[in-house]
Amino acid sequence: MNRREFVKSASVTAVATGAGVAAPAVFSSAQAQARNETLLIVSESGPNNLDIHGVGTNVPGYEASWNTYDRLITHEMTEKDGVRYYDRDKLKGELAEDMNIGDMSVTFKLKKNATFQDGSPVTAKDVKWSLDRAVSVGGFPTFQMKAGSLEKPEQFVVVDDHTVRIDFLRKDRLTIPDLAVIVPCVINSGLVQKNATEKDPWGLEYTKQNTAGSGAYRVTKWTPGTEVIFERFEDWKGGPLPKIKRVIWRMVPSAGNRRALLERGDADISYDLPNKDFVELKQAGKLNITSVPYSNGVQYIGMNVKNPPFDNLKVREAIAYAIPYQKIMDAALFGLAKPMFGAPADAQTKVAWPQPTKFVTDLAKAKQLLAEAGYPDGLETTLSFDLGFAGVNEPLCVLLQENLAQIGIKTTINKIPGANWRTELTKKVLPLFTNVFSGWLDYPEYFFFWCYHGNNSIFNTMSYQSAAMDAFIDGARAAAANGDKAAYDAGVKGMVDLAFADVPRIPLYQPYVNVAMQKNITGYEYWFHRRLDYRAFQKG
Amino acid sequence: MLKLIGSRLATAVPSLIGVVIVTFMLTRVLPGDTAAYFAGPAATAESIAEIRTKLGLDKPLPAQFVDYVSALAKGDLGSSLSTGQPVAAEISARLPASAELTLAGLILALAIAVPFGIMAAVKQGSWVDHACRLITTAGVSLPVFFTGLLLVYVFYFKLGWAPAPLGRLDVFFSAPETVTGFYLIDSLIARDFETFRAALAQLAVPAITLAIFALAPIARMTRASMLSVLSSEFVRTARAAGLTDTTVIITYAFRNAMLPVVTTLGMVFSFLLGANVLVEKVFAWPGIGSYAVEALITSDYAPVQGFVLAMAILYVVLNLLIDIAYGIIDPRARSEA
Repeated sequence: MNRREFVKSASVTAVATGAGVAAPAVFSSAQAQARNETLLIVSESGPNNLDIHGVGTNVPGYEASWNTYDRLITHEMTEKDGVRYYDRDKLKGELAEDMNIGDMSVTFKLKKNATFQDGSPVTAKDVKWSLDRAVSVGGFPTFQMKAGSLEKPEQFVVVDDHTVRIDFLRKDRLTIPDLAVIVPCVINSGLVQKNATEKDPWGLEYTKQNTAGSGAYRVTKWTPGTEVIFERFEDWKGGPLPKIKRVIWRMVPSAGNRRALLERGDADISYDLPNKDFVELKQAGKLNITSVPYSNGVQYIGMNVKNPPFDNLKVREAIAYAIPYQKIMDAALFGLAKPMFGAPADAQTKVAWPQPTKFVTDLAKAKQLLAEAGYPDGLETTLSFDLGFAGVNEPLCVLLQENLAQIGIKTTINKIPGANWRTELTKKVLPLFTNVFSGWLDYPEYFFFWCYHGNNSIFNTMSYQSAAMDAFIDGARAAAANGDKAAYDAGVKGMVDLAFADVPRIPLYQPYVNVAMQKNITGYEYWFHRRLDYRAFQKG
Repeated sequence: MLKLIGSRLATAVPSLIGVVIVTFMLTRVLPGDTAAYFAGPAATAESIAEIRTKLGLDKPLPAQFVDYVSALAKGDLGSSLSTGQPVAAEISARLPASAELTLAGLILALAIAVPFGIMAAVKQGSWVDHACRLITTAGVSLPVFFTGLLLVYVFYFKLGWAPAPLGRLDVFFSAPETVTGFYLIDSLIARDFETFRAALAQLAVPAITLAIFALAPIARMTRASMLSVLSSEFVRTARAAGLTDTTVIITYAFRNAMLPVVTTLGMVFSFLLGANVLVEKVFAWPGIGSYAVEALITSDYAPVQGFVLAMAILYVVLNLLIDIAYGIIDPRARSEA
């Protein structure tokens, strides 16, 4: 008999023998009850800040913010391939009960009975203060707001206690969806201002450690690097009251142990196990495994088109034909990804992103292209990857290195530590590398604006410059804002075709978000931010 | 004795100053840009620059050093970026976790290794001696993370005897009120025997993992030093005088054999603090080693500096204790010092 069974049988005995006989306190039925309403999540790393507006808040921190704060609006849920999936195009109120979109502004009416976790009412003043904060603190939150043309505090106007108007700077299709991402959360301005200092007018130090929202959960204990404990907020007005009372999120650095905890039934959910473990767990069938492709995300091989040899289109094409696509899918990813290569030769370009290229592995053709490019004897270069994601990147690069050697390209693999990766990308000097990009806002023009546009953002890692590409992207953005569907479709098809013809980067696959859960856990929802939403989970 | 302690502490001051300077320089020389890392996945060049200014990383190195030292003088070790907490608070919260684990491992190792070493030396060439050799070889050659994972696999996953490797306490227990920071002691002070049991259960497997690693050097050193003492003349004299085996071995031989064992102990303790990093990772132990490694990976300077400084102080104290122990065991060491 193992410990878990013992706990079960002990609680059963306690129930059977009635209230008169008390079981030992450790194994009491109350504790079993607590376990039923508690979700134990294990993951490799935890948040460094509970507030997404903070300086350098990491990705796990986004999860804390998502579950503890409300936004004005949020997405409806729909179903996609058997998984509950956020509906990009359908929005509903979270703190707002009504949204009225005008020509150059949008007006929100707040739910009158909504309160913050300390009991104070949610007012228009709080909304304005929070949005002002998002566009003013700088760094990532401000940048994300800008992506939806939300840039100045003057845009946010308090009409009355429960009405807020947001004025548009310009017509932008992304403005409304950008109000449903994690950043524009509504913060208890009174509480935070009380704890703000002169040096820290936005109270970032306070919200780093404390949650001050109106969300479904609040953080009751946070031991950085060890655990976060969330308790349900009983008066939550943003939606139906969640079933789970308490969420314990523990950091377990060893992937093997996370798997053992799941298999033994001690942990309820883990979502960052290596692909190999996921495949094996799926086959074993003891757990529910959900794999969903990253929305608007692609792993790719990038080439620096500014410098030789990759300034030569033929060399880039040679690489595209030399990549062992299928081997990467099988050996590095264990099939847990959506291929973005090998589309049939007669396939039509779609108005969608990501979509597969027509490239396949063809070493003879690659060799020939390389010779035509003026490198009949091959060349030497370095192939770089981010060690932070070595589990996939390393086998991927080794497989690529092998194939490139066969067409005469000698590569040295350059492993760059996670802390250094972004610095190296910003310098834009890496000749050949693999990387992944995914956008919260799931629109093709959003992806292309960051990755291919001539304004050379950090994600245009190839330093790709093309007037024609810029025209397509800008055209699609303008067309989307004006609702001109024909022009929009032409723009998107144009940018996809050009990206595949010029191949500054070669798409490989769309990675999957993998979540492993016990069989009695239901209610997983896929969100654009790819983190867990505790509010819909159920146990038992 | 006080003079000895005083002079010892005085010699430690320059090394501590050296440690402060070297760690500061090292963390700055390391590749990796803190600001770029913390700017997040969607950073622009401007947002990275903004963060750099906020963190004071745009200042010249000497200015950063002055900032660091003046804060240090006030007892402020800075704040960690990856966990968002003051380093001093984190180290003082995490050090007891590491210390409890290391000490438990060390005591367990001592309890097994010393008698084992003595028996191997007394019965040289017997099966005990061979068993000793086998176990010590296995102990040094198995990496700790491997033994750790193996023990988790067997005792938790297969047999279900050990609790889930989830740190210091099962998730449904709350930590006892902090007095010493050692859960075993604190739970006893609070007379909370369930928590004591739970904490002990969590501690058992990681402590055994560390003990397996620490067994080898202690047992081997005990054996070697016992062998040389047993063959010396005063032992022969004692035997000739008709003293019992126990008196000869424990009172005369072992006391004289203890000096090298104590030296080894100091070394093993420092080894264990290093090995701790891996064990902490395997058992999700919220200790100081995993804290430092995570900080290093994210180029988070303050915790790395704080960690090295804390370790340096710990070593100074440890060496002092060993010197004092020498004096107690062997009067000759006192006068020589």
